[in-house]
Amino acid sequence: MTVNGQEVTADVEPRTLLVHFLRENLRLTGTHVGCETGYCGACTIHVDGQPVKSCTMLAAQADGASVTTIEGLAQNGELHPVQEGFWERHGLQCGFCTPGMIMSAAALLAENDNPSEDQIRHGIEGNLCRCTGYHNIVRAVEYAGAKVRGEEPPAPDWEGAS
Amino acid sequence: MYPREFDYVAPSSLDEALEALGDDSKVMAGGMSLLPLMKMRLFSPAVVVDIGRIGGLDTIEESNGDIVIGALVRHATTATSPLVAQVATGLATAASLTGDVQVRNRGTTCGSLAHADVAADQPAAALALGATMVAQSSEGTREIAASDFFVDALTSALQPNEILTSIRVPKHQAGEGSAYDKLGRRGGRSDYAIAGAAAWVKMEGGSVADARVALTGVGTKASLANAVADAVIGTDGSEQAVKDAAARATEDVTIIEDLYGTEEYKTHLAKVYAARALSQAIANAS
Repeated sequence: MTVNGQEVTADVEPRTLLVHFLRENLRLTGTHVGCETGYCGACTIHVDGQPVKSCTMLAAQADGASVTTIEGLAQNGELHPVQEGFWERHGLQCGFCTPGMIMSAAALLAENDNPSEDQIRHGIEGNLCRCTGYHNIVRAVEYAGAKVRGEEPPAPDWEGAS
Repeated sequence: MYPREFDYVAPSSLDEALEALGDDSKVMAGGMSLLPLMKMRLFSPAVVVDIGRIGGLDTIEESNGDIVIGALVRHATTATSPLVAQVATGLATAASLTGDVQVRNRGTTCGSLAHADVAADQPAAALALGATMVAQSSEGTREIAASDFFVDALTSALQPNEILTSIRVPKHQAGEGSAYDKLGRRGGRSDYAIAGAAAWVKMEGGSVADARVALTGVGTKASLANAVADAVIGTDGSEQAVKDAAARATEDVTIIEDLYGTEEYKTHLAKVYAARALSQAIANAS
């Protein structure tokens, strides 16, 4: 498979999950293991451009696929707009859900760079955050959407945050 | 959380896949139902036959009066297909409400049907829309009506040597419509159904000429609520007629209490969602 643009080859046990292959074989530990049951989305990566949960996929299923992890999102030392949005709009607290949340948000914006708040919330439905209450995550994605569209991001609404 | 050890085969043709099936094997398409069970070690097949690399199974095609959905068509594809939305509306809605974005990108319509979870969305839609399951084995192909397919919790009529290669869904004709709606475990319509209902109707001259209603999430399997369909047929499909018919939602179903609701609550929800699905199907028919 190709991971973040690099060709990788390995022989693995059939039961090796893709998330473990990424973290343990390739030492790409940005992808997190959360609930392990397919609910929390902390392990979200892109396989052939689509967000998927890497804890619920065998490494062997990704044979030949193009995989992008959180480590592959920044380009030429510049943060991806979603990463910048999480930074600028305080879209994280403990940070555990953040890699998966960013991968889901990046996939959402790749399909629709001007999502409504409702579309953002549904777009990250497969990612659980236990700190933020999602408010600032939504703002971070709105910030990133504006960046992608080449517009000035909306001003922060810290007073309105709940 | 690793599954127990298993042998993995990823054949490139259906014949090879059928050849690989044995008494202790399991077919995997997207793996969204199978892998969590294997990781929790509730289920540990000796052989996993990954059909994900078989060509030609990922298409949605029209054939005579049906649409044919192949074994590898993912929920995301079923949910966003303009064709499915138009001619098998309830199935498209069910797909759009399944899991979340990531799950819909991997899980398949046929896989969910074969898995036969008691609270899955697809079984109710398949029952209400009168789908036919197409199962292949090395001995040939057989077709199974949706009404004969769901046997019990996590148990379908598929044999260990069979693969659900496609489903055939009759296309809505003029005057026909369908719908699906549910209450999800995480509130709203998210996650598996605490209770869900699908409905299909055929309207003629302002009255309901034919109907099918199916429930999911409330019993040990998705099942047809025939009493509701019988009660609404012949009426004008008004709000009151739908409500009266939906009041009979649990006559053909044994309601099972679970972590997500008491028997009383589920009985109530079955009626509410039968009515909602039926009303929406009638609206979609015109």
